[in-house]
This record gives sequence, C-alpha cells and structure tokens, in this order.
Amino acid sequence: MSGSALFLAVFLACIVEAVEALTIILAAGTARDWRSAITGLLAGLAVLAVVVAVLGPAISVIPLGALRLFVGGLLLIFGLQWLRKAILRASGHKALHDEAAIYQRELAAAHAANGTSRSVVKDWYAFTLSFKGVVLEGLEVVFITLTFGSNQHNIPLAAVAAIAAVLLVTGFGFAIRAPLSRVPENSMKFVVGIMLTAFGLFWGGEGAGAHWPGSDAALLVLIPVIAVFALALVAVFRGSAPQNQAAAVNLSTRSEV
Amino acid sequence: MQQLKAFGAFWYDFVIGDDWRIALGVAIALTATFFLARATTIPLWWLLPAVVIVALPLSIRRAIRPSR
Repeated sequence: MSGSALFLAVFLACIVEAVEALTIILAAGTARDWRSAITGLLAGLAVLAVVVAVLGPAISVIPLGALRLFVGGLLLIFGLQWLRKAILRASGHKALHDEAAIYQRELAAAHAANGTSRSVVKDWYAFTLSFKGVVLEGLEVVFITLTFGSNQHNIPLAAVAAIAAVLLVTGFGFAIRAPLSRVPENSMKFVVGIMLTAFGLFWGGEGAGAHWPGSDAALLVLIPVIAVFALALVAVFRGSAPQNQAAAVNLSTRSEV
Repeated sequence: MQQLKAFGAFWYDFVIGDDWRIALGVAIALTATFFLARATTIPLWWLLPAVVIVALPLSIRRAIRPSR
C-alpha cells in the first residue's frame, strides 16, 4: 500500500503541476517565439536540477524523526490549502481551474508585451514567462517528490512517478500543441489534497512523538476518512453557493467525466 | 529591496498559502503534540486530526463570507 500510495500521490501532484507549467510554455511559444520558450523551459529545468542536487543529499542527512516533523507539518499545510481550494471549487464558491481560459489570458498578455532580445535569447519575454512557469510549478513537484520519497525510503520510486507524469503531460501537450483542458484537473487536485493531508497528519504526528494505532496501516483509514470529510464539507457548503457558480460546477463535472 | 520583498512574498505564498490561520493551527498542534508526548504517556495521535476537523471548515466559511 505504501509504495502504490506514494506513487499515486506523487504522480497526480506532478500531473497537475506539469499541466499548469505546460499551459504557460505553450502560450509563450505560440504567441511569441518557440525557441525562446524552449530555452526558458531548459533553463528552468536546470535550476530545478540544482535544487534537487542540493536538497536531495541534505534531506537524507536529517534524522527521520525531525524530517517527519518538519515535512509532515509542511505537507499538512500544503494538503489543507489544496483541499480548501478544491472544496471551494467543488461547492461552487470559487471558479473551477480552467486551463483553456488561463491559456487564452496568457496568450493575450504575451501578444501585448513588447519583445526584446538578450544574448542568445531572441525573445526575452517568452524566455522569462516559460522559465518562471517551470521553476514555480516545478518547485512544488521537487518538494513533494523528495519529501515523499525520503519519508518512505524510496526516492527512486517517487522520482519515477514524477518523471512519468512530466513526460506524459509533455508528450501529450506538444503532440496536440494545445493546453490539456480535458485533464480533470479539479478532481485531481481534490485527490492530491486528500493524500497530502493524510500523509501530513501521519508523518507530522509520528515526527512529533505521537504513535498512530496500527502504525503505517493508519494511512489506510486516514485517506478514506479525510475523503469522506472533504466530500461532506462540499455538500454542506454547496447549499450556500451562488446560483451561477453551482450551475458551472454541474456542467464542468459532466464534461470532466 | 523590491526584489527581496518579492522573494519573501513568494516563499510566504509557497509555504503559508491563502490562509495563515491554517498554518498557525498546524504549528500549534504539532508543538503541543511534541511537548505532550515527552511529558505524558497518553495517546496523542488524535490531536492533529482534531485541528483539521475544526480548522478546515472554519477557513472555508471565512473564505465564502464576503461573497454572501
């Protein structure tokens, strides 16, 4: 269970972040200059590689108890923030994350911006847009991959999950040259929020000195219980949602299935 | 100075997120668990989930209040 849960959590989180980064890169490439956008992507990946090279060995040196306390706390905060947004979206209080709309916004902004060239980069705007997208979305991927991997003593499996997700999204994205708006991103964020919260509760508690009944098996209870709790909150807060938002949620849910 | 502010804002957004009260609640619960675990022998695994059960609905309620 731990291995598959680890793989699933990292894979889904990385799919979500990769889809968001891809949208930005596609907008930069389509509206401005593909060569500069891809240079930005490569530069961003290089920065992330440095972060992994520095953080990876550093994380493995930290004692497991301290690591679980620190990482569990951060994962719990991340998970609750993801879950909060997912519940607000699913209950109709916040607009659903729409990659097609974000792509159009980025495209319009990229068209309107002035172009300048610097050294080997022909279009600086396309480069920085692409670079920032990769670094910002990638940092979360790096954090989740390293922390999940080190806590479960299986960084290679976490890395495989992350690389598989990024390659899958990159392959599809560049094949169709369009944002992956049909990926059920909102549902995936909901699942990732549940997983991050469950792992955060488990590791945070263990790191602080609490002992979960059943040890690792407690995760088998935590994940479904958090899912039921989150779905119950969606049902409770859906009642107070504005009419138009609730309708949008219904339509979107149908198209996502 | 502006770049330093932007750097701080990025990390605040990355770690704390939209509602600082959630981060504070988690920090308090972890600290309490840490010290209680060393001072008593009572089971403490329930403390963090209890904070989640209280903090998450309160944070969502606070977020939707202005739109009412």
